[in-house]
Amino acid sequence: MPSTINEYFQLMPFLIIGIGIILSVVIEISSKSSKEILPWFSIILFFATALYSITNISEHAVLFGGMVEVGGKPAIFNFIFNLGAMLVVMSSIGYLKKYGTYFGEYYILIQSSVLGMMVMAGSKDILMIFLGLELMSICFYVLAGINRNKLGANEAAMKYFLLGSFTTGFIVYGIALIYGTTGTTSIQNLIDNFGEYSSNIIFVTGLILFLIGFSFKIAAVPFHMWVPDVYQGSATTVTGLMSTTGKTAAFSVLIIMLTSIFTLNSANIFKPYFSAIAVLSMFFGSIVAISQNNLKRMLAYSSISHAGYMAVGLAAANSYSISGIIFYLAAYAFMNIGAFSVISIIEGENDSRTDINVYAGLNSKNPVLAAFMALFMFALAGIPPMAGFFGKYYVFVGAIESNLTWLAILGVISSMISVYFYLRVIVFMYFKDAEENFEIEVAPYSLSSVVISGVLVLMFGLFPDMLLRLITAVVSL
Amino acid sequence: MSSVPMEYYLILSAFMFIVGVTGVLIRRNAIVVFMCIELMLNSANLSLVTFSSYLGNPIGQIFVFFVMTVAAAEAAVGLAIIIAIFRNKLTVNIDEINIFKW
Repeated sequence: MPSTINEYFQLMPFLIIGIGIILSVVIEISSKSSKEILPWFSIILFFATALYSITNISEHAVLFGGMVEVGGKPAIFNFIFNLGAMLVVMSSIGYLKKYGTYFGEYYILIQSSVLGMMVMAGSKDILMIFLGLELMSICFYVLAGINRNKLGANEAAMKYFLLGSFTTGFIVYGIALIYGTTGTTSIQNLIDNFGEYSSNIIFVTGLILFLIGFSFKIAAVPFHMWVPDVYQGSATTVTGLMSTTGKTAAFSVLIIMLTSIFTLNSANIFKPYFSAIAVLSMFFGSIVAISQNNLKRMLAYSSISHAGYMAVGLAAANSYSISGIIFYLAAYAFMNIGAFSVISIIEGENDSRTDINVYAGLNSKNPVLAAFMALFMFALAGIPPMAGFFGKYYVFVGAIESNLTWLAILGVISSMISVYFYLRVIVFMYFKDAEENFEIEVAPYSLSSVVISGVLVLMFGLFPDMLLRLITAVVSL
Repeated sequence: MSSVPMEYYLILSAFMFIVGVTGVLIRRNAIVVFMCIELMLNSANLSLVTFSSYLGNPIGQIFVFFVMTVAAAEAAVGLAIIIAIFRNKLTVNIDEINIFKW
């Protein structure tokens, strides 16, 4: 099937970022003030792509002989990736100056990783999933260790790299088995003939290896052991990016691969797998987070338990729970990026001031930051009317519709446990006196990143219909 | 070529994959762990080429090229990370790289 020139124009979001990466490299090489230009250039790129994606949701098409999908679900995912990356870049400007790792490459790597995520979310072929995943992961390995003189960052990068590429081995072997039984790498073929393939043991083994690989990427128990160390050791802003957009990209692939189960009412042979992962992740994350004193590490365990709540939606596997997952991912992205932005503002040099007792008396030092941190903590705990509540609500309602009431009940119990450690941060900020005195330097861009995330979290919480209507319109495409 | 049954290749590839996984889990030197990961990727490549040859369609072989390219990029990044950690700590034993604990 020959590609027409029109197909290239429909790839606009990919073109904007792709050309942007090339231009960024040229700017980095040729300009002496590239360190001032590149962050703003990235912000403009991400904003333009996010805006283009959200305004072109209805233009759904599958291009290049069934390789790439644009519009529809990918457009919503692109919106999350690009807006999230934009907020991360904004909070990075001040953070990188503080650490003295003010490299232009940092922004180019973020752009490349976002391109990888967009390819993952838009793929209609297993080859594209693989390439997008690797583009994203390799950029993340480098970004995790961007503070290259810090031993903690080195350790985080190495653990992430070794476990990430270990995972890649599983994914590639799984793809080989899937290819061997189906004779093609097209996902459309997979969807159309899923009922026939699902009785083939080699195909199911391949798909399970593939799912195990992606369970690593979404940070679900029992494949979570890298998460706390990597999230604690990496640069705070990078952690914000990995934990939100990286997780969203991995979930987008799971949703794409399992569409056949969701739409065609085939038997959900992976229900036991996802139920087990969901229960283990929810409870492990919520319970272990209680004993954490480092805020980054606490949010890492909270990220594990959020992966569990989203896996409830995958176990339920109806169109309602899938729109729930996508809504949850959007809400989670902005509340987590906001929380990590606040941490990156308060954090001092040499990884100091990430412990929870630093936050004692924050309200008297900087009431604005304290108020936003409280907002993000309420949202993560899932207290209405923040966005986090509706994410959990839609996913759990989807679970009840698929007769998984016990899973929804366990989810509610787990989220009640998790309220304890989120509220603990708020208690420290508002009801305790400061133990040590330090100056908080609030860079204006970092603050605006916090404010924008806060506004989005409130907006998704107060008017959830706005986003949910967009999602439900495209979820069955 | 096709006189060797397909199962022979697949069993060899599964064996290589298991050797790679075991190596990652029990070896303690970061570079050896990395070599075991490469072994896992190559076992998948062997499967892809086998299936491609016996199914008579080229997608598997094209996929192998992409896997090799990605493995090369990963090796570049991975060795750089291992060098960075060696500069700071003077060891690549992953048991001694343990400042984070729960």
